[in-house]
Amino acid sequence: MKRLFLILMATFLAAGLYAQGLKIGDKAPDFRLKNVDGKMVSLADYPQVKGFIVIFSCNHCPFVKAYEDRIIDLHKKYAPKGFPVVAINSNDPEVVPEDSFDKMVERAQQKNFPFVYLFDEGQKVYPLYGAARTPHVFVLSKKANELFVEYIGTIDDNYKDASAVKEKYVENAVDALLSGKKPAVTETKAVGCSIKVKK
Amino acid sequence: MHRLVLIFLTSLILLGCNTGRKLNYDKIEVIDFSKLEPMLNKNTDTVYIINFWATWCAPCVKEFPHFDEAARVYSDKKVKFLMVSLDFPNQLEKSLIPFVKSRTNLLPVVLLDDPNQNEWINKVNPAWSGALPATFIYRKSQKLFYEGPIELADITNAIDDLLVKP
Repeated sequence: MKRLFLILMATFLAAGLYAQGLKIGDKAPDFRLKNVDGKMVSLADYPQVKGFIVIFSCNHCPFVKAYEDRIIDLHKKYAPKGFPVVAINSNDPEVVPEDSFDKMVERAQQKNFPFVYLFDEGQKVYPLYGAARTPHVFVLSKKANELFVEYIGTIDDNYKDASAVKEKYVENAVDALLSGKKPAVTETKAVGCSIKVKK
Repeated sequence: MHRLVLIFLTSLILLGCNTGRKLNYDKIEVIDFSKLEPMLNKNTDTVYIINFWATWCAPCVKEFPHFDEAARVYSDKKVKFLMVSLDFPNQLEKSLIPFVKSRTNLLPVVLLDDPNQNEWINKVNPAWSGALPATFIYRKSQKLFYEGPIELADITNAIDDLLVKP
């Protein structure tokens, strides 16, 4: 009985840890991470934007691969409107060698990523956001030089088949923000790869 | 007396054969969530262990033998396992079936193919972010949920505790 209690407590604690991180309406923290072109990038480096589509991503995850082309399209469609994609790889390459900085550079070149693809060295940024999986999207909007969380979740409702998508969650959220409204759907879930860090 | 021992030994062997029945993985069923949902809400004496995993997920592959071992240990108890693969259906023949065949002959495996993840993830457990692996262990209304890797001791402790609950 005592052990069950402990297990239950551990489960709640674990759930509590995952629940930490950003919620809708929270201020989003900035960071300074190395891009695949070798330059350091902060969100503050983009004074002209209206917001960001921050995507916790990586190289190895099959769900990320299934979404790669759609992420490129998101950036092409929304960067000119003021919402560029910022992709962040928070996996520890010692756990997943395929997600090393060098491999990120390779992947970015192969796919000709039009967006920045940043390496979260030391895996420090993902806990601030509460990112748990890849791909995990945070749509941020800018008000008076502060960034606020408007949407957390998945890109759309069909990872397998882009042509069978019924709801484009991220596009809908950004479209709403562009027309001065709040997104109708603010949180969604999807299966993804866990973010891989050393224990 | 000798005959008694012989009968005893024979029944042990027969029991052993019985619990060691091997599953065949030539066909693995592809299901949607409506088919999985009843397995998550059984109101019986049995402890259910449902693991969400995929062959491409390294921590899932690492913990897969723990479930096989637990299935062996509890083969004569009211304990049922289900390994729910989230491999892409086009990887069924190439990846999933060979993997499963090489790792177990005890664990039932299904492939969950249901794009409507935003709805069914919360029905599995509202605390689940959707990241793999994840494990749901329950008996009646006693429920335990683990997001992230699980150790063999976590599985056996949870089963032991749930089995002795009234």
